[in-house]
Amino acid sequence: MDGKKTRLYEEHKNLGAKIVNYAGWEMPVQYEGLVQEHNAVRNEAGLFDVSHMGNISVKGKDALPFLDYVMTNDISKLNEHQIVYTFMCYPEGGVVEDLLVYKTNDEEFNLIVNAANIDKDWDWINEQKKDFDVELENLSPETAIIAIQGPKAQEILQKLTETKLDDVKFFYFKDDVEIDGVKTKMISRTGYTGENGFEIYLTNDDVVKVWNSLLEAGKEEGLKPTGLGCRDTLRFEAMLPLYGQELSKDISPLEAGLKFFVKLNKESDFIGKKALQAQADGGLERTLVGFELLGRGIPREGYEVYKNGEKIGHVTTGYMSPTLNKNIGNALIKISEKELGNEIDIMIRKKPVKAKIISKNFLKNK
Amino acid sequence: MKVVKGLYYSEDHEWVKVEGDEAYIGISDFAQHQLGDIVYIELPEIDDELEKEDDFSAVESVKAASDVYMPVSGKVLEVNEDLLDSPELLNSDPFESWIVKIELTDKSQLDDLMSSEEYEEFTSEEA
Repeated sequence: MDGKKTRLYEEHKNLGAKIVNYAGWEMPVQYEGLVQEHNAVRNEAGLFDVSHMGNISVKGKDALPFLDYVMTNDISKLNEHQIVYTFMCYPEGGVVEDLLVYKTNDEEFNLIVNAANIDKDWDWINEQKKDFDVELENLSPETAIIAIQGPKAQEILQKLTETKLDDVKFFYFKDDVEIDGVKTKMISRTGYTGENGFEIYLTNDDVVKVWNSLLEAGKEEGLKPTGLGCRDTLRFEAMLPLYGQELSKDISPLEAGLKFFVKLNKESDFIGKKALQAQADGGLERTLVGFELLGRGIPREGYEVYKNGEKIGHVTTGYMSPTLNKNIGNALIKISEKELGNEIDIMIRKKPVKAKIISKNFLKNK
Repeated sequence: MKVVKGLYYSEDHEWVKVEGDEAYIGISDFAQHQLGDIVYIELPEIDDELEKEDDFSAVESVKAASDVYMPVSGKVLEVNEDLLDSPELLNSDPFESWIVKIELTDKSQLDDLMSSEEYEEFTSEEA
């Protein structure tokens, strides 16, 4: 079955990409190789097509109170043109979605959501809007997004724009920025790699030109087109969760160790508050940890975790880390087993392999 | 994609090189290409008695793990330990980088495998 294609599909093919179906989209998983691309982003810069991601506009008199009601983070604290990472939760505390909220002003916001969840999110927020005076619009089909990430990202992007990029602070955005003569919708200093960089929002008609201009402009600096394969290893090393693995309907933000983005003390009530408050008050049974394999093998999503012959959890993400050259992973386990240094067993092809709990902030400890 | 003549091939992209009652087993160029950069391999134990279609090894790229299946039954005589330290040899030279050497249990099972010509056609359809 053929998936949807972003406007950059032909460019990916011409760049030699290996295409896979991801969340219903035909996306590049890698071009020259996952590890080379991963290292390019850590050391120079990489260019990602993330046009499959969703963009939902929320406008109206009640936009702010509405978002504070559906989101766990404190939307009322946002400045204009500021961005915040947040969750939408179910009343039971599980996660509908993890997303970015872009604030234009009190009556105008954009939600940037996971490709796999666009329809679910759309239905969810429509169900919640009841008495709120808000207008929702799904802009996903008409929004192209590319991300330039890495220590050289700013230097490269700066070559193509008059906008002083230093003025776009971390988790802020700027409208109508011109890149190589193309007026984009906005650019933000955000990303999903743990590196400095920008995400560029523009129309489908403009994306091919800007993509190619950036690749050309970044040649000297070592900019490479980078696929979803390394996007996942990069985000994992940088302790950034992936919906469906570290977070889900059955895994709350508190269990995932992301309480910082749940503001239990904010003024507004919000969906899931009661359940999350109960978890915070001592009701937490599981928690997300990092671990390093001591024996041979590579941990993978879904592998079971044991301690003294008893099953205590499962691996949410695992890799041979390209940056650290170690076999590491995240696991959701019984909270009583979370101590650093605790030795656990990862079941790899039915055999237990020793591992020890380490900080999941893998990059900081290298 | 390279296909070496004179070997037997399975639909799971393993190759078999027969020498008398013994055989070497590895993965094809097509297989290594599909997997991408191989960073890890798991080998069976010497003397393991393996049945046709048993998973006897696992080959992993950064992205994914992939089982390797026995194209024929046999007893493990040797494993290629060089691959433990240098799994990338499977990428650079898949037909020289045998994974196991076995004693064939039933040579007639070779008849179920493909010739190099048949395999070439098989992979051109899959690609």
